[in-house]
Amino acid sequence: MRLVIAIVRPEKANDVLEALYRAEVRGVSMSRVQGHGGELERVETYRGMTVKMGLAEKVRFEIAVSEAFVEPTITALCDGARTGEVGDGKIFVVPLERVIRIRTGETDDGAVTPHRA
Amino acid sequence: MTGIVALAAGVDAGDTAWMLAATALVVLMTPALGLFYAGLVRAKNTLNTFMMCVAALAVATVAWALIGYSFAFDGSGGFIGGFDHAFLNDVTFAPRDGTRIPGLLFMAFQASFCIVTVALVSGAVVERMRFAPFLAFAALWSILVYSVLAHWSFGGGWLQAHGTLDFAGGVPVEMGSGFSALAAALVVRARKDYGRQALLPHNAIYVLVGAGLLWFGWFGFNGGSGFGANDASVLAFVNTLLAPACTLVVWFVLDLLRSRQVTAIGAATAIIVGCVGITPAAGYVSPLWAMALGALAALPSYAVILWRPRTRVDETLDVLAAHGVAGITGILTIGFVAQASWNGVADGLFYGDAGQLGHQALAVLATPAYAFVATFLILRFIMLFAPLRAPEHEEALGMDIVQHGEEAYATGEGAILISTEPVPGELATTDRS
Repeated sequence: MRLVIAIVRPEKANDVLEALYRAEVRGVSMSRVQGHGGELERVETYRGMTVKMGLAEKVRFEIAVSEAFVEPTITALCDGARTGEVGDGKIFVVPLERVIRIRTGETDDGAVTPHRA
Repeated sequence: MTGIVALAAGVDAGDTAWMLAATALVVLMTPALGLFYAGLVRAKNTLNTFMMCVAALAVATVAWALIGYSFAFDGSGGFIGGFDHAFLNDVTFAPRDGTRIPGLLFMAFQASFCIVTVALVSGAVVERMRFAPFLAFAALWSILVYSVLAHWSFGGGWLQAHGTLDFAGGVPVEMGSGFSALAAALVVRARKDYGRQALLPHNAIYVLVGAGLLWFGWFGFNGGSGFGANDASVLAFVNTLLAPACTLVVWFVLDLLRSRQVTAIGAATAIIVGCVGITPAAGYVSPLWAMALGALAALPSYAVILWRPRTRVDETLDVLAAHGVAGITGILTIGFVAQASWNGVADGLFYGDAGQLGHQALAVLATPAYAFVATFLILRFIMLFAPLRAPEHEEALGMDIVQHGEEAYATGEGAILISTEPVPGELATTDRS
C-alpha cells in the first residue's frame, strides 16, 4: 500500500478528478493549500501597494492505493495536472503502514479497495 | 448664493425633485447588477465580472454625453436622431418638449438607462472576454445599438411614430440587451469548460442582495419614466411593486413542481424577470393586469432558463431569458391589456383596439433583429484589431488575476511587499503559477 500525495494547480483539479475517475481510482481526499515551488511570483497591486504573491494556491490530493494501483494513479495525476509550465506541482509516494476502514474494521488492501455501493 | 430660487420657464419643481431622485436610483442599478452578476460567476472571476459593470458606468456615460444622447433624442428621424445635441450642445435648463424637467436632467436620466443596458450585455461574455475589447464594445454598442433603439421607441423614431407603446424600455433596454447578449455569446463563444464541468455561482448572497438593490433601483427606472410626479409615474411605481411579487410567487410554484424546493437564485432571477416584464407596460396597464403580467412573465423565461444550458450556447448569465424574453412578454401584453382609462393614451385588444397589438408585435420583430445583427457586426469588427477572449490557460487561472492583477478574496498570506510605488517593469510580469 502506498499513499500518493499530489500538489497540483487549482485550475487543473477538475481535470485531475476526471483522470482519476477514468483510471478507476475512487477513494480521494482533496484540500486547498498554499505553497511555493520555484515558480515565478505573481505581482498584484492594491492602490499604492504592490505585492509579490510568494505563495500560490494549490490543491493537494491524498490517495491511498494498493500496489497495483500506484502506477495508474500516478499516470492519471500527471495527465490531469500537466500544463508544461513551471508550477504544475509534485507527486509524493510514501509507504503506508496500516489502513483501517472505520465502518467495517477491514484492514490494509481490503480497506483501500472500494466497495460497490 | 443669493437665496433666490431659479427655475427655467416651464420647469416644475416637484417633477424635477422626483426625477433627480429617480436618476440616482437608476444609477444604483448598475453596481447592483455588478453584485448580482459577480455572485453568479466563479470566485476567480468576481472582480472582472463586477468591473464590466463599472466599465459601463465609465464608457457608456462618456459615449452618451458626447454623441449617444444626440443620436437618441435629437430630431424625429425614423431610424436615428441627429447631431444637434452632440457634445451636450443645447442641453440646458430649458425643459424638453413634453416634460416639465430640465433638458439636462432628462439627458442624465436617459444616460442611466444606457449605462445599465450596456452592463446587462456583459452577462453573456463574462469569465472569458478580455477587458480592453469589452471597453471598445461598450463604447460602440452604446452608440450604435442602444442609442438607435432608444430613438426608435423614446426619441420620436419609427416605432414611437407608429404607435408602439414602451413605457420604460422594453425595446432598447430589455429586448435590446437580451438579443445582443445572444449575439455576443455566439461571437465570443463558450467558456472552455462549458458543458464539461459544472460552472456554479460562487456567492448566492451577492445574487440576492444584487437582485434586491436592482428592484429598489427599478422604482426609479419605471417610476421615473413618467418624467415627473404624476399619475403615470405613480401607476408605474406601484406596478413595479406588484408585478415582480407575482413573478416570485409563480416562480416558487414552478420550482416546487420541478424539484420540490424553492431556490434562492431562482427567486433572485424571478425578481429581475418580474421587473423586466413590467418595464414596458408599467404606466399603461391597470394594477391588476400588472399582477397578471408579472405572473405570466415567469413562464416563458423559466422555460428558456431551463432550456438554454442544454444547448451549446454559453449565454452565461441568461440575459436572453431574463431580459429578452421577459421584455417580449411585457411588450406584447401591452397590446392586450393597455387601458386608456388608466394611461390616457391607448387601449389594447381587450379594451377595443386590436391595432395596438400589431404595433407591439412590430417592435418584437424589429428590435431583436436589429440588436442581434448590429451586436454581431460590432464584435466581428473589434475582432479585426484584438482577440476578444483570453487564452485558455488565462481563462483557467481566472480573469481577476490576469486582467486586473487583483483577487476578490486575497488573503495576503505569503504576500511580500515589494514597493509602495508601482514598478512598471515588474507590473508586466505575468506568470502561470
